[in-house]
Amino acid sequence: MQKTLTLYDTTIGKKAAMAASGVILLGFTIGHLSGNLKVFSGPEAYNEYARWLRTVPALLWGARLALLFAFLVHISSAFQLWKRNAEARKTRYTKKVDIATDYAAKTMYWTGPILLFYLLFHLAHLTFGGQLFGDAAIFGIEGYTWEPSNPYNNLVRGFQHWPIVVPYVLGVLALGTHLFHGIYSMFQTLGVNHPKYNHLRRDLAIALAALLTLGNLSFPIAVLAGYIEPTALRFNFPELL
Amino acid sequence: MELKSHEPSGPIEERWTEHKAHGKLVAPHNRRKYTILVVGSGLAGGAGAATLGELGYHVKCFCFQDSPRRAHSIAAQGGINAAKNYQNDGDSVYRLFYDTVKGGDFRSRESNVYRLAELSVNIIDQAVAQGVPFAREYGGLLANRSFGGAQVSRTFYARGQTGQQLLLGAYSALERQIDAGTVEMFPRTDILDLIIHDGRARGVVTRNLITGALETHMGDAVVLATGGYGNVFYLSTNAKGSNATATWRAHRRGALFANPCYTQIHPTCIPASGDYQSKLTLMSESLRNDGRVWVPRNPEDATKDPRKIPEKDRYYYLEERYPAFGNLVPRDVASRNAMYVCDDGLGVGNAIDDDGKRRGVYLDFSSAIKRLGRKTIEERYGNLFEMYERITGDDPYETPMIIYPATHYTMGGLWVDYNLMSNIEGLFVAGEANFSDHGANRLGASALMQGLADGYFVLPFTVGNYLGTVRELEPLTEKAVKAKLERDPNYSKAQADEQLARIEKLSDKHIREVNERIEKVMNAPEPTHAPAWFARKLGTMMYKWCGMSRSKEGLEQALVEIPKLREEFWRTVSVPGDTDEMNPTLENALRVADFLELAELMCRDALHRDESCGGHFRVEHQTEDGEAKRDDEHFSYVAAWEYTGDLKAPKLHKEPLTFEYVQPSMRSYK
Amino acid sequence: MAETQTLTLHVWRQKNANDAGRFETYKAEANEHMSFLELLDTVNAKLIEEGKPAIAFDHDCREGICGMCSLVINGYAHGPRERTTACQLHLREIFKLGWKEIWVEPWRANALPMVRDLVVDRSALDRIVQAGGYISIRTGSAPEANQMPVPKDVADRAMDAATCIGCGACVAACPNASASLFTAAKIAHLGLLPQGQAERMTRVRKMVAQMDAEGFGGCTNHGECEKACPKGISIDFIARMNRDFLKAMAAARDDVKTP
Repeated sequence: MQKTLTLYDTTIGKKAAMAASGVILLGFTIGHLSGNLKVFSGPEAYNEYARWLRTVPALLWGARLALLFAFLVHISSAFQLWKRNAEARKTRYTKKVDIATDYAAKTMYWTGPILLFYLLFHLAHLTFGGQLFGDAAIFGIEGYTWEPSNPYNNLVRGFQHWPIVVPYVLGVLALGTHLFHGIYSMFQTLGVNHPKYNHLRRDLAIALAALLTLGNLSFPIAVLAGYIEPTALRFNFPELL
Repeated sequence: MELKSHEPSGPIEERWTEHKAHGKLVAPHNRRKYTILVVGSGLAGGAGAATLGELGYHVKCFCFQDSPRRAHSIAAQGGINAAKNYQNDGDSVYRLFYDTVKGGDFRSRESNVYRLAELSVNIIDQAVAQGVPFAREYGGLLANRSFGGAQVSRTFYARGQTGQQLLLGAYSALERQIDAGTVEMFPRTDILDLIIHDGRARGVVTRNLITGALETHMGDAVVLATGGYGNVFYLSTNAKGSNATATWRAHRRGALFANPCYTQIHPTCIPASGDYQSKLTLMSESLRNDGRVWVPRNPEDATKDPRKIPEKDRYYYLEERYPAFGNLVPRDVASRNAMYVCDDGLGVGNAIDDDGKRRGVYLDFSSAIKRLGRKTIEERYGNLFEMYERITGDDPYETPMIIYPATHYTMGGLWVDYNLMSNIEGLFVAGEANFSDHGANRLGASALMQGLADGYFVLPFTVGNYLGTVRELEPLTEKAVKAKLERDPNYSKAQADEQLARIEKLSDKHIREVNERIEKVMNAPEPTHAPAWFARKLGTMMYKWCGMSRSKEGLEQALVEIPKLREEFWRTVSVPGDTDEMNPTLENALRVADFLELAELMCRDALHRDESCGGHFRVEHQTEDGEAKRDDEHFSYVAAWEYTGDLKAPKLHKEPLTFEYVQPSMRSYK
Repeated sequence: MAETQTLTLHVWRQKNANDAGRFETYKAEANEHMSFLELLDTVNAKLIEEGKPAIAFDHDCREGICGMCSLVINGYAHGPRERTTACQLHLREIFKLGWKEIWVEPWRANALPMVRDLVVDRSALDRIVQAGGYISIRTGSAPEANQMPVPKDVADRAMDAATCIGCGACVAACPNASASLFTAAKIAHLGLLPQGQAERMTRVRKMVAQMDAEGFGGCTNHGECEKACPKGISIDFIARMNRDFLKAMAAARDDVKTP
């Protein structure tokens, strides 16, 4: 049956949807990191940032909806393309050498789901921690309980425990790898190219991926090194949700 | 049989225009009723099929490759000539015409050549409009270069792959017509016979190379654009699949074969490296613009590192023998001289013939690199140097190339008149497959020009002219019968049924004959050797006796040996596998069987042409300097051979050649 | 003296699309100056003399331009040497790598169905061109060639794209069996030139739609195609195709149909 061609009918359209939603998600990870870097400015600054977020519900909820939408688009287009691509070669090669494919590109279909699982863990930990665990130990970690109105402590105290650090580090590494190929790929997919500046695409991908990886890794490192410590201060502001 | 060239008379520059003005036409709404069968999808066939389809005819186009884009026109490197005079260096249609007639050593038909030169300018316009990315100057206009010794810069080129780019232009036009439904494409299809009905070419017998199925396709006209027969020599610059089966089968059905002995041996090819060699690769003639050809003066230097041979021990034989043209002498002269110095034992390289003589000469770029710098040389020939390195493992920037002549092009082919129609009504022959435009020798960058001129501009008119003249032909397809039934109130259903039965009978008869041939080749009594084994043997014989130089004794010996080899072929050829499947051995066997017959005709023609001209060099006829010596008094004619059923006794027909504009003169490149 | 070696070849043999297919092993005497196809010729010559069916493989010009040859050699489309077709791959390259045992497979992709042994059907690539890979110019109606100047760098870039020989190595090498590089090269060749502007926005949509309809996978920007391409065509052209396509889908006033 012939019908009018729509963007989403095509592999390029799906890929573009993935790239565009990826841009939103990338924007979020950058914003998320820069917000969290306030942890280095001390508990007051960090918790004040958290409190401020609650004063702008339109922004908060708008961002959450946009993110949810971006995730859905990113994941569904990825799934559809993965399925199509996997089916495009039913008889596999007995021997096949990949010359150009780097580790990041090769593992996109792995780092993606890993990130998704980590995200759920991360949300359960720091966003829904209060609701999920109440006064009980978070993830059964002895001595680690939820402190209402104190996201600073919830974060810092978490990183004192390996069961939190290990998934976190794995998640961040998956994010970095995913972003490295994702960012470069996004330029290619959206047709942002010019021979004069093309080398910058890979440079930028490396820079952003490295920045986000190192930035996010700085938290557990700082905590484990004792540079950042839990605070004894008490805060009082409404819960996030 | 009198050969009528149907050339128009009058001033040469008006002939084509006049001819078109008075030709018959087919009205647009009638064109789809005619089916035209185009065999071959190269420059001539592809361009012809596309243009005929565009005009509205129903076209069926056949090629043996998996896609029409792969026809061997694709391999042409150097360029395409056109008398645009963009360089303001005094070029004109007349000059291109003149050069081509002279280059062909006065053995071509003036009217055809003039038309070719005239159309050359339209070809460039057409190709550029299709998006052929010709080389350009910084101002954005088309660049030209001088090619093959021409004294004007009239060659258009596209980075050493002009053939591919022009073919992609024709192919894209063809694909457009396939999409539009005017052209039906039949790739992976061999043509194994021509169907002649009531004296007219009406169909072909095809073999589907995937399923092995034999079929017939009927139509109102047949165009053969199947290229040349250089693979008779086995080692040639032709593609492995290039073959003469369609033209040879047409010849056996009555089409005259003209000047089969005119073959061009290209001077700059990479020599064979061993007995497993399957083909030879041409290095573009443009290399001779900056490369200097030499051999060591002392035979003992043959294996010495050429860079260590001092200047005084190098024999720049072309520069010494032809001071005016030097390394840019025409192809045949360059080839022959390479052969002479190797005959004298001065050859270099690893290709050693049966007599123990090295077959190779140096093509040296060191002085050009010194003069122009490596960068300029890289810009001009980078891809060719890369190609050379890939094949030989030697780097031509560092050490001279080793080259030797190889069969490249065949000027002979099926005889055609001015309309490109053979002596069989309705059988058109275009491109390298016909004999018409290059006489006894083809100039560089003229093959692409001829293929496209025939395909884009000549056939679309002359085929229409033929169909307009014959008007209605007996319906030989189901579609045509049906159409007649609807159109003609006097044509009854019973008549139509009877006609359909007749068509089936005609078709069956031809398929049966082809099938018999296939069965015979599949079931040789003592299967021993692969078809390629015979092809290689035949090739060696042809190079030896019917190659760059030919003698009466040699040709006579060839005429004894070739039939023997042919007999051995039918007795001992081994063709495993089945007929109803893809069977490359069978495909090749059928082609080799035809080469074994064609080779004999080539030798017969070479023996009969007791003169030297262009690519045909008879040792008995040379000047004191070893130049070809024509005999215009006795041989200024086209030799068109008729198949008589006996390969030993083909019948010769002569089309006299008259020269009104270019007076035959002795070529001199001194 | 030319170096010779005995190589072990595991060649994919499959009678037709319905047959299961398997590797068969042959010993072959290899000479360093032989091309890879000539090595297969020697195997075939022996097979034929023994009365066994020859290995079917596509080949024609044997000088790296027709795009007919199509072998995956030890996991590399067209073999291990960059910018080299299988027909131009000479065995000295294999000797250098020290390979004694070589697996030879056909292009594998659903959109390029098996025909026999090492031969596949690449007509899908032709159909992509049919969908719009041309400039609609009626023979004889072309304007004077030099009427429209084309800046040299534009012409050169169009030529870079036009060097595609349509062999399908990009599809063979792509982890997704995508024909993006092939399609992109065709689109860029015509879309870069001023002559190709009139149909540019229609062409890209039609060709992309056809590419997808043939069942090729999508591009995941791995760059395998570029490395396998015997003409070294850059994946920059894929970015260009994507840009043109997105632009066309967003801005074109007319619709195109799915094939």
